[in-house]
Amino acid sequence: MIKQYETVFIATPVLSDVQMKEAVAKYTDLIKANGGEVVYEEDWGLKQLAYPIQHKTSGFYYLIQFQADPQFVATLETQYHRDERIIRFLTVALDKNSIAYAEHRRQVRAGKAAAPKAEESAPAAAEAEVEPEAKVEE
Amino acid sequence: MAAIENNEIRYLNPPTVEVRKKKYCRFKKAGIKYVDYKDPEFLKKFLNEQGKILPRRITGTSLKFQRKVAQAVKRARSLALLPYVTDLLK
Repeated sequence: MIKQYETVFIATPVLSDVQMKEAVAKYTDLIKANGGEVVYEEDWGLKQLAYPIQHKTSGFYYLIQFQADPQFVATLETQYHRDERIIRFLTVALDKNSIAYAEHRRQVRAGKAAAPKAEESAPAAAEAEVEPEAKVEE
Repeated sequence: MAAIENNEIRYLNPPTVEVRKKKYCRFKKAGIKYVDYKDPEFLKKFLNEQGKILPRRITGTSLKFQRKVAQAVKRARSLALLPYVTDLLK
């Protein structure tokens, strides 16, 4: 049986970019190696923590949405526990509403990245539509 | 006394008639089906200044979604997106 999950982990802020990529690669590879499939990844970057964890006030957040066998979650969390770079993690199973929400969120995020281009083309298209009508009225 | 005899009551201050707005569940109204724990700014609407979850009688949230809000707030707290205890949140 395959279910969809979502995992967020916080890595220590002392990691360099390369080390952070290594950590991410480790977990995405782990998912793939266990017959899972990574649906979506999101890097939240360095964020301030709401309260100190292990005397650290900030951390790198990373979100992975994946499909895997329910038994794999225990393996993943064991790896998190053993990893000293990870200071906090949360894995959540997604139901049909949250999958729909996740897809919507993905589209919104993708839309934001592409928004400047869309805005440039949209007003131009609107003007083009308005002008011919005005000519017809004349 | 004259005012009372004329069957006319005069107030020192104009009487305030309270018109209470009916509370509604914002999730039902907006058709939101999933409460996201990854959005602390949204969840802050359901917290008081100390970071405690507000009761339904104040926010008007339906029971179904109050449970979901509570779950989302607790998840956000464990990920340090929201504080467990604080002062002057917001």
